[in-house]
Amino acid sequence: MKQSKNTKKQQDPLFTKRIGKVILAAAIALLILGIARNGQADVRNKAVRICYECIGIG
Amino acid sequence: MKKKRKLVQLICAVLYNCHITGFAKGTIYQGSLKSACIPGLNCYSCPGAVFSCPLGSLQSALVSSKYRFPYYMLGVLLLFGILLGRIICGFLCPFGLVQELLYKIPSKKLKKSCWTRRLSYLKYVILAVFVIGIPLINLTPGFCKYICPAGTLEGGIPLLIKNESLRQLAGGLFQWKVLLLTGILLSSVFIFRFFCRFFCPLGAFYGLFHKFALFGVRIDEEKCNNCGACIRHCKMDVKKVGDAECIQCGECIGTCHACALKYVKNKTF
Repeated sequence: MKQSKNTKKQQDPLFTKRIGKVILAAAIALLILGIARNGQADVRNKAVRICYECIGIG
Repeated sequence: MKKKRKLVQLICAVLYNCHITGFAKGTIYQGSLKSACIPGLNCYSCPGAVFSCPLGSLQSALVSSKYRFPYYMLGVLLLFGILLGRIICGFLCPFGLVQELLYKIPSKKLKKSCWTRRLSYLKYVILAVFVIGIPLINLTPGFCKYICPAGTLEGGIPLLIKNESLRQLAGGLFQWKVLLLTGILLSSVFIFRFFCRFFCPLGAFYGLFHKFALFGVRIDEEKCNNCGACIRHCKMDVKKVGDAECIQCGECIGTCHACALKYVKNKTF
């Protein structure tokens, strides 16, 4: 019987589950580390000035 | 569903750009909210913007990554990706809304094909070259500088209208960006989400999380009768509901006679 594109490839759900958890853990760790190193201040410092590159004159 | 999604898109666009006085004065918001990034494409040099653009902030962080590793921006983008994936494209991106509104203009529409599918890989090249490569090598935000149409539309044009000094600085680069913006907006009338499908590096990045994102449209394999109505109805270059090209708009849900499609929390978590 012909299989549709929707069911053709099945991923190992355990593998996907693990990768998802690793990415989530990495995201939280990076975010905490970033906040501890005041990364949000760097973002703000850039964003409160007119970005000449963004508007096409830089 | 369609109306609810439009409402969410509209609320987000207004919320991201609620510094109304900035448009009148030709200045940008400088408050503490700019420490936070929004998930969608919205230029932080837009006079109305009260939050930061994730792509602009990432490029800026990569430019200075020689001295400070961009932990914060990588964490923010990974978190957006793993929690929402391309739901962001479908619901939370103001530039996506602009393109969808333009597509409503009555005209002959270009349907998806194998060519549009092939062209959809271009956004991954743009992500690698302009968002990551050029900022790291040339120390300049390549995507913002040479491509970003949101920056020209939301930041460049309103600021130049209001500022004589900025107008005098505008040269060939500004002309190029206006030309590109015009091309993208005009193409969006005939091609559904022209920029998102072929050029948007943010969509490309979020697309990488399609298998892992916490929420999204998923197929109930037991109910699915493989009729393919969802794929035929979709205007994006999807091969399968929920793949990297799927913006999780949920418009396919109503077309499924087997009721096999719905928004679900991913079993990953």
